[in-house]
Amino acid sequence: MIDIDQVYKAFGAQTVLNGVSLQVEAGETVAILGRSGSGKSVLLKCLVGLLRPDRGSIRLDGQEVTALSAAQLDQLRRRIGYVFQNAALYDSMTVEENLAFHLTRHQRVAPDRLRQIIYEKLQTVGVEAALHKYPSELSGGMQKRVGIARALVLEPKIILYDEPTSGLDPITSREIEDLMMELKKRMGVTSLVITHSLQSARRISDRIAVLYQGRIVAFGRFDEVAQTEHPFVQEYLAAVNLEG
Amino acid sequence: MHDVFEQVGRYMLFVRQFFRSLLRRPLDGLETLRQTHEIGSKSLLLVGVAGLSIGMVLAMQTSSTLARFGGRGLLPSMIAVAVLREIGPIITALVVSGRVGAGIAAQLGSMRVTEQIDAMEVAALYPFGYLVRTRILACLIAVPILTIYADFLALMGGYVIMFFQQNISLKLYFDSAIRFIDLQTVLPAVAKTAVFGFIIGSIATFTGYYTRHGTHGVGQSAMIAVVLSSLFVIVADVLLVKLTLILFG
Repeated sequence: MIDIDQVYKAFGAQTVLNGVSLQVEAGETVAILGRSGSGKSVLLKCLVGLLRPDRGSIRLDGQEVTALSAAQLDQLRRRIGYVFQNAALYDSMTVEENLAFHLTRHQRVAPDRLRQIIYEKLQTVGVEAALHKYPSELSGGMQKRVGIARALVLEPKIILYDEPTSGLDPITSREIEDLMMELKKRMGVTSLVITHSLQSARRISDRIAVLYQGRIVAFGRFDEVAQTEHPFVQEYLAAVNLEG
Repeated sequence: MHDVFEQVGRYMLFVRQFFRSLLRRPLDGLETLRQTHEIGSKSLLLVGVAGLSIGMVLAMQTSSTLARFGGRGLLPSMIAVAVLREIGPIITALVVSGRVGAGIAAQLGSMRVTEQIDAMEVAALYPFGYLVRTRILACLIAVPILTIYADFLALMGGYVIMFFQQNISLKLYFDSAIRFIDLQTVLPAVAKTAVFGFIIGSIATFTGYYTRHGTHGVGQSAMIAVVLSSLFVIVADVLLVKLTLILFG
């Protein structure tokens, strides 16, 4: 479903992605772990065409992202949900308008049906009471939930999460993780999750990839990754163990 | 210097993208109307006060000079020609570039740094059309309308002064004012204001849309939008006046 092969990306003299390769199967959840500034978000932006890799191949749902025209890229993007780190809700619109904007710009929907779809999506993430509120009136956790609901509104086959639990308290983080697992179970979506929390990655993902200095240095189930002898992976695990 | 040429090149591409976007659906007509209303309502008070004041000042400053040459009767015509041809368009454009240009750049800049524009992009919502095209078109529509409004208030301002100085009737004032006004005076002036609207809208959206470096960048974008759009409005005015003189004499 997602096939990343030898992707390179540099900003000036700074190489951020240095030959990243990764495969995500349909219906699978893969978490990408790494330190802040290791290029996780850059990789995600390359996947949806917000950034163009310098070299390498990215195939999403069978299509080569780097070779698509603008119109073809838009077609592909309709099948992808993207949850931003800070939710990126449109602050001049209410929650209802945020969701409606995504839906009505792509298809004609009768007002009653539109209200029903929006309510269902908000109910799925548990924030239906926030329907008429503006993003500034919501807590960080609620904003993330609305961000997820907005990503779901076009019923995507793939969801990309950029640090979905960062900046949240442990209880809210756990609720968001539960929600992500629930979505996977109910909708069967393929998910790629960027995170720096090993506990979170272990809980929500089928496989974990560790990104270090622009390369994937470990990839597999948690127990497989834990056995990797790469110094960074061991250091990461040790740091988490100390925290725990 | 290299950076300046790079920015000019990017601006040219941005303008080309705008003209291409006019053919792309959805056309966002309602959003364009909403933005036009927003620009109009934001600027109405300031443009109105500026127009009224300019008309009054113009009448006060020139009436004694004209009286010295026995030409006081020409005052309404002089005010009308000066206001309609030059002062109304340029004052309106400068007020709008300060009031609206900064607002547009700050709003789009803030949306850029909080990833709201990226969110539209990855959902294939065509943010350029929704955010940029609508605002440039709104400026194109609003600036000429605001100019007509400012012109009218400037003429009224001139009338107020003349009423107190010479007790002139409104009908006589306007009859005298429009004596030297014809289509060759009005049309180039209105066309000029549309160009000013385009300059303000395109520069403000360009600086806002490509904002970088967080909240500091938002402030910078707003400042650059005001400075550049005011500067280009003034330069364009000189060029357009010259062009009008070549075309219409």
